[in-house]
Amino acid sequence: MADVRQIVIDIISDIAPDEDVSSIDDAKSLREQLDLDSMDFLDIVMELRKRHKVEVPQEDYPKLASLQSCVAYLGPKFAAAPV
Amino acid sequence: MTYDAIVIGAGMSGLAAGIRLAMFDKRVLIIEKHSIPGGLNSYYQRRNFDRGGIRQFDVGLHALTNFIKKGEKGKPFSKLLKQLRLSYDDFKLCPQSYSAIRFPGTELRFSNDFELLRSEISAKFPQDIDGFNLLVEKVRAFNELDLSLGYTSSREVLRGILKDELLAEMLLCPLLIYGSAWEDDMDFAQFVIMFKSLYFEGFSRPEGGVRTILGLLMTKLQELGAEVRFKTTVSEILVKNGEAVGVVAGGEEIRAPVVFSSIGFPETAVLAPSLDARPRVGAMTFLESIFVFDRKIPLSSNEATIVFSNNSQTYAYRPAQNYFDAVSAVVCFPDNYEPHVRDGEGTVRVTYMANYQQWKELERSRYLEMKEKVGESALALVKSLVPGLAEKPLFTDVFSPLTIERYTGHFNGTVYGSTDKTRDGRTPVKNLFVIGTDQGFLGIVGAMLSGISMANLHGLMGEAKQGQ
Repeated sequence: MADVRQIVIDIISDIAPDEDVSSIDDAKSLREQLDLDSMDFLDIVMELRKRHKVEVPQEDYPKLASLQSCVAYLGPKFAAAPV
Repeated sequence: MTYDAIVIGAGMSGLAAGIRLAMFDKRVLIIEKHSIPGGLNSYYQRRNFDRGGIRQFDVGLHALTNFIKKGEKGKPFSKLLKQLRLSYDDFKLCPQSYSAIRFPGTELRFSNDFELLRSEISAKFPQDIDGFNLLVEKVRAFNELDLSLGYTSSREVLRGILKDELLAEMLLCPLLIYGSAWEDDMDFAQFVIMFKSLYFEGFSRPEGGVRTILGLLMTKLQELGAEVRFKTTVSEILVKNGEAVGVVAGGEEIRAPVVFSSIGFPETAVLAPSLDARPRVGAMTFLESIFVFDRKIPLSSNEATIVFSNNSQTYAYRPAQNYFDAVSAVVCFPDNYEPHVRDGEGTVRVTYMANYQQWKELERSRYLEMKEKVGESALALVKSLVPGLAEKPLFTDVFSPLTIERYTGHFNGTVYGSTDKTRDGRTPVKNLFVIGTDQGFLGIVGAMLSGISMANLHGLMGEAKQGQ
């Protein structure tokens, strides 16, 4: 099973290289802890699609709010995705 | 030939849009009429007959607005870096010393530290410092990125907040001439964008000028595999059942399900005959005089980077009555960006407001005479700002509204585009979007952000939706 948490962190470090991703609180919203705006969330979605063929429709963007919710939401998608 | 997206124009917005689309594996074609990129912010060179070699000039760039220090977050420039995945250091930003707004008897200085402007106003307009602070809070709280806003007059907003009309005039002056398509006034959303980018954030210049930025963008596009075709003119935007399906360029039909046009809204409308809109052509166009001197000019007598000079108590931002308006000018001393290198030739640039129709009607010999007049007037102004400057320039170049029209394709040589901004980029033709100045963001940073946000909104997000 893919390590969804690490996948999301890898993407964040690529799209926002100045952010410190080592001490993120999984339960707290990413926006509260990092300088991420809606453009960055679009990039997370686009990278998930580009790198892992995982689709996140626009109305589901709020489900990427925290690392915890990312894992909960993306976990089943990764499990179902062709690897 | 088929692409996923076509971008018309390789200016700042077109290149940025191209990068965003190509980053997510779209096959992108950027079509540019000229042999080099940049659009309104391009460059040119002139042979140096006296000394051999060539001199390089930027066309438009006085200043890159939206300055940030390395590591600053949440600002337009930092968003731009993230979205284009470029590094701060690559831009080699050289910050301004300070700039000055000079009206008869009063000068306001501002720099990349906003507190300078606040203290200047506190000292020179003490009765208005509370009003100014209110204005600052209003600007700070305003969401200028809301794409659904209507037009609000900035002058009216200022009249409601400031007591001294001179202060309002002085604050408006740089904001209007560095970005307004409207005469004498600007939409308050645009005022806010400009206020933030000039007064909150400030000016810098990339070492090497506009070429540095264009080099970064072109390299990125190449890495991502986007195609840029130079010396190719789009003669028609193909529309089928109210939907853009491609373009005719260089006589060839090229298909794509989405077309982004950075060439201006009126200019775009003409290419798509079925597009049911006739956006107005903006009236604001300018003359630029460039002087090269044997030495760096500023010395100690003038250390300002940019001087917004206005020889009247009110600021008239409108087409000149008589070819050019010498009452008001922007004088840029590019050598006064940090670090102040003191050896080598010096450059000064002077911008005047112009009148397109009058320049258009001049016959060739009168046109050249008039350009010479502009140069003389501008040189006299430079000398008045730099006491002790007696020598003749080694080189003088003046370009006119006609030059701008010829090289940018903007109708009437307009620099800040149409007064009909599309805001969300949409046009009456489906899948044809306007990016750049006529979408509504301003300046070089604004143009790139326009390309980015329109590519995101109409090229990537729509696609993500379809992928459901």
